[in-house]
Amino acid sequence: MSILKDAISSQLGAEVRFVEGYQHPARTIFCIVPQEKFVDAAKAMKKAYALLAAEWATDETTFGRGYGIFACYRWGHEYLIVKTETAADAPVFPSLTKHFLPAWRFERQIQSLMGVMPLNHPDTRPWIKFEDWPEDAWPLRKSFDASKPMPRVEGEYKWTKAEGEGVYEIPVGPVHAGIIEPGHFRFQAVGEDVLNLEERLGYVHKGIEKRFESLSWDEGYRLAGRVSGDTTVAHSLGYCMALESMTGCNLPERVHWLRALFLERERIANHLGDIGAICNDAAFAFMLYQMMRLKEMLLRTNHALFGHRFIMDRVVPGGVAVDIDTACREVILAELDRLSKDFERLVVIYEENPSLEDRVRNTGMLKPKRAREICAVGIVARASGLNLDCRIFNPFPPYDQYDRLELGVPVMITGDVHARTWVRIQEVRESIRIIRWILDNMPDGAISAPVAAPFPDKAGFAAVEGWRGEIIYWLQSGPNGELNRCMVRDPSSVNWLGLERAIHGNIVPDFPLCNKSFNQSYSGHDL
Amino acid sequence: MIRILRQIFRTGIVTEPLPDQVTREIQAAGLKLEAAVRERFRRSITIRQVDAGSCNGCELEIHAINNPIYNCEKYGIHFTASPRFADLLLVTGPVTRNMEIALRRTYVSTPSPKFVVAVGDCACTGGIFGETYASLGGVDKVIPVDARIPGCPPTPLQLMQGLTRLLDGADTKK
Repeated sequence: MSILKDAISSQLGAEVRFVEGYQHPARTIFCIVPQEKFVDAAKAMKKAYALLAAEWATDETTFGRGYGIFACYRWGHEYLIVKTETAADAPVFPSLTKHFLPAWRFERQIQSLMGVMPLNHPDTRPWIKFEDWPEDAWPLRKSFDASKPMPRVEGEYKWTKAEGEGVYEIPVGPVHAGIIEPGHFRFQAVGEDVLNLEERLGYVHKGIEKRFESLSWDEGYRLAGRVSGDTTVAHSLGYCMALESMTGCNLPERVHWLRALFLERERIANHLGDIGAICNDAAFAFMLYQMMRLKEMLLRTNHALFGHRFIMDRVVPGGVAVDIDTACREVILAELDRLSKDFERLVVIYEENPSLEDRVRNTGMLKPKRAREICAVGIVARASGLNLDCRIFNPFPPYDQYDRLELGVPVMITGDVHARTWVRIQEVRESIRIIRWILDNMPDGAISAPVAAPFPDKAGFAAVEGWRGEIIYWLQSGPNGELNRCMVRDPSSVNWLGLERAIHGNIVPDFPLCNKSFNQSYSGHDL
Repeated sequence: MIRILRQIFRTGIVTEPLPDQVTREIQAAGLKLEAAVRERFRRSITIRQVDAGSCNGCELEIHAINNPIYNCEKYGIHFTASPRFADLLLVTGPVTRNMEIALRRTYVSTPSPKFVVAVGDCACTGGIFGETYASLGGVDKVIPVDARIPGCPPTPLQLMQGLTRLLDGADTKK
């Protein structure tokens, strides 16, 4: 019984073909529809209250097919992937942008990197592909030679314009004032009030998706761990889980628990950094230094116990690369005691500071309706009333032991900077509790299992709740069982849209604060 | 307010609180760095960090040398918002094709004498991203590099030691 499956079959009837055995894990529903029904499928999903999780394209010419267009929908714990195919000589597909807003950028990306044109798309400007790339450079196509540098050509990007008395523009970036990643923001403002913000990303496009195709299955996890350096555990976990689902790898129980431990430690470290940085952007530097101190404590323990401050490369296909013993357990427990004591004192200070409250409340509001429109995920979604968390809806052990773990997911409805901060604060508390629980209940056993090579022409899927939100990996094996395509969907790919909306009605000086409260990844978005 | 003050006094100065191995190393690196900064840059060096395509891992560690534990500012190392005030560019990441022009412009905007330090494996050699249509490889493919600090990412300690090495050897300012 599946809500999404029923919804799509009642709308399309015999036109939709459910395929068994292609997509792994089996609970991810996979179906193929004819091109003219692609939009109808989206409408059916919209009617069933599903959200668009990702949209991507594959070059299947090596299989003797054309191009495949995939849309992945999510409702509660269900994921449904709809595929449609298009001929290799005139690759087009109907756009879903009118029905699902995040398709706006997904489809611009498909058009720019795969050269498959979305029909009736309202905005045909390239995305990630810059104006100085040759027009026929579509790096994700199999015929594209990725090893050669591309020549630069003349071109111009068409920005959204605003006109009128007193309207002026502020261009920011790509090199920003702080120690952060590059991206360009263009504001149209009157006085201090922001009329419009337009983001332009793609500066850190390193060709990651293409790079995956030149790696073997067991090298991919290292690249995945470097998609976004702050989320290295969750990204490599996403890759490994997608791969393991394809090969039917049977993991020892302990592996899951250790992975959950790493994931929660990564969550705490990043949330601490963010809470401090948000306060710092509201000129409350005290909190930044206190939080940095706590974060540093955590990172040092990581380094001592796991050999890397961010636990990079410790989640590997088939298991984890490092185990913990009783001594490690004691170290972590003692550290959590210190952390939680200091953290609670700081939370009281955060709550009782009226000048801070004045800055963070009602600033950068992303209303629940808007959050739903952009299909937001992660902290941004939870601060705007959307109850989404892969740890609940798409769990792996130990998260699946609901009645014993009783995982709490904080949800706020105001959607302002404070809500995003408060969600983080509550998640830190919850993660501390989860880690303690993991350490008390972790089963013994091996920490790795052999991973077989995937069969040709299969697909694997995984959704992991990183600290920013849901990360999706979709892998496809080629005609000889090689890595044919690796689609990465960082939470930032959808949540960046939220920032553009949240800034409306705010003043220019509040932008850094709003931006920091979202703290989306540039690298994870640009790939 | 009273809570803030109490927390401040309770925390005390966390920079190098104990003479354990790590803090000794930080202090050793820091003092050496301070001496170099004092001699060559009239007591302070100003750094502009440029992300030319990094995954954000190196940025986190560069942030960390500013935290109260490492507190690089006390050795006269200061991060600035503009390349116009910088003595040194700290460049991370393989240089992406889309960042190449911005990196060149930042380099040109930095007044001479200037140093360029490539931070992280990617900035040194291109790392796992290599040289492709989108990634040009190491920073030295685009602008001249004076020193390299490898690591994925380099730890804050390695960063401080790397900067010391550069300043120690920097006898002729360009």
